[in-house]
Amino acid sequence: MTDQSVPTLEDEDEVATRPGLEIRGLYKIFGPSPSRWIGAVKAGMTKTDLNRRHGHVLGLTDISLSIPPGRITVIMGLSGSGKSTLIRHINGLIAPTAGEILFDGTDVCRMSAAELRGFRRSRTAMVFQKFALLPHRTVLENTRYGLDIRGVPRAEAERAARRWIARVGLGGYENSYPSQLSGGMQQRVGLARALATDAEILLMDEAFSALDPLIRLDMQRILLELQEELHRTIVFITHDLDEALRLGDRIAILRDGRLEQVGTGQDIVLRPANDYIAAFVHEVNRARVIRLSAVATPLAETEEAPRLALPDRLVLEEAAREMLAAGAERALVVGPRRRPLGIVRIGDLLAGMVRPSGRPPTDQAPTGPRGKP
Amino acid sequence: MASACWGLPDAFCQFPAMDGKSLLLMRRTIDGTFRDIVRSWSGAIDAATAPLQIALNALERAFTSTPWIVVLALVLAIVWAGSRSWRIVAGTAVAMLAIGWFGLWRDTMVTLAMVSVCTAMAVVIGLPIGIAAARSDRMQRVINPVLDVMQTLPSFVYLIPVVVIFGIGKVPGMIAVVIYAVPPMIRLTNLGIRLVDAQVLEAAEAFGSSGRQKLWNVQLPLALPALMTGVNQTIMMALSMVVVASMVGVGGLGKNVLQAINNQFFTLGFLNGFALVAIAIIFDRTSQAFGQRLQQYRGAAHD
Repeated sequence: MTDQSVPTLEDEDEVATRPGLEIRGLYKIFGPSPSRWIGAVKAGMTKTDLNRRHGHVLGLTDISLSIPPGRITVIMGLSGSGKSTLIRHINGLIAPTAGEILFDGTDVCRMSAAELRGFRRSRTAMVFQKFALLPHRTVLENTRYGLDIRGVPRAEAERAARRWIARVGLGGYENSYPSQLSGGMQQRVGLARALATDAEILLMDEAFSALDPLIRLDMQRILLELQEELHRTIVFITHDLDEALRLGDRIAILRDGRLEQVGTGQDIVLRPANDYIAAFVHEVNRARVIRLSAVATPLAETEEAPRLALPDRLVLEEAAREMLAAGAERALVVGPRRRPLGIVRIGDLLAGMVRPSGRPPTDQAPTGPRGKP
Repeated sequence: MASACWGLPDAFCQFPAMDGKSLLLMRRTIDGTFRDIVRSWSGAIDAATAPLQIALNALERAFTSTPWIVVLALVLAIVWAGSRSWRIVAGTAVAMLAIGWFGLWRDTMVTLAMVSVCTAMAVVIGLPIGIAAARSDRMQRVINPVLDVMQTLPSFVYLIPVVVIFGIGKVPGMIAVVIYAVPPMIRLTNLGIRLVDAQVLEAAEAFGSSGRQKLWNVQLPLALPALMTGVNQTIMMALSMVVVASMVGVGGLGKNVLQAINNQFFTLGFLNGFALVAIAIIFDRTSQAFGQRLQQYRGAAHD
């Protein structure tokens, strides 16, 4: 097992040195003259006041969020919470009223039109809720699109496109038109198109929301599988808490244009920052949400490592099933590429599955809107 | 008269129009100035239109002096290339042969030459203007009222300045036809581009497309149905306008129709009228079938 942990460490180092995204003090006001009201909004004018008295809509309020490299950050919120507005700031499709988005030392919000185009061509890619494929182009031509725009030679672009089409499981459909494919297959094309550019930032705007539940699960699995290996910096927008919990290394919950809580899935389920989030996560099936990493305890040096090894991403229910099947009392929890992280007992699983009665204990302070996991 | 005016003062009853003398003076002044300007520029205008005149004459000669069998074969080949439908090709053949049988071949060729040139001009002029109107709301606000005027102003009315400026002949006729035929091209280009799925456009933008790349990769291809409707409408408008343009010296079928109206030649009028209808149908079916063939990818819908 030790020989396999070496590449993992290298991976982590490589990921850690890559630039992440840093969103600082972002405000967005929609209306004819947003800059006129930004001062008042910063001083605390409410969304309702701004709308009723001055006819401007407050889209985002004081968003500060760091998006770590090589991880999936999910921005979750109900419709109208500003999540689609927020993700469009990252590649400059929407310009903020105030604030900055730093990537690799540059502020995306201050780029010129040409710089922004270059940034979009080489550093970011996007997947859309309604796929947004070019209907008059084949799967191959759609997948090639980002490379074509960048001026990559035809043969090279085609080779890359074919490779990614195969990777998302659409081999053989290269010459089909989008209208000939089902929704799930179309979104695979959308994913292949975004991955083909090799951009490190992948923006996914409700990418799976338009799909049937089963297809959606399938796409989530594909995304997680690809991410295992690619370690892209993914910003994933969703209104679905289950999806957020399944995909997100970090989850940011947005409500009415404000960040309510930022943390890992477990953080949010175990320590909701306020009543809104508590209500949100109340009905969550903890056995299917909380992962082994949340209940694992460190392996004592004297202790013998259990034979059964379970990945840390495994949810408690799956872990329980595996352990029951193996007749094991204890199991080793391993990270990516089987790096050992800790140990888990059947009792830990049960404790994790049961929702504590009443309100969350107060001695575990909520992480707060900008808390780090 | 005051009694017939419901007891109102005269001014509210009989419209206080400007008196006949000043109106006459105004007309004379404007007409005179306009004529003087045109006269002083006539050399430049003639020089500018000379190449058009030569090109039009050459094209007309090409259509009329080529043996009819060659022209027919070419027309049928074009119709086949556009529509890929034997029915449309057969219909075209029957219509063209009937036209020849009734002795209208030469006139039809003149009209065909005129309509082809005018349509091509209208598309070449209309497409960029339509694109410009789609890209900027301000541009659209300027262009729309101009198009409204162009489309509602009776065509006879703007024949007058065209004749004053360019005189009588093919070129002024062509200019009148193009002015008449270009509005649908502009409007439908504008509309087609504006109706392009905003999400697809956003996707192109998100991948870093430049304005030009968005235009060629997304906007024009997705606006194609509207563009093809625009071309189709332009052809129809041009065909109907060549008849009116015969009043300023454009030959062909239109001239025969004008003659038939003036002399009440019932049969001549209808034969020429039907010849125009036949050409219109050929153009229409071919361009529509072509447009549909370009969008076959839409037909293969999954569900």
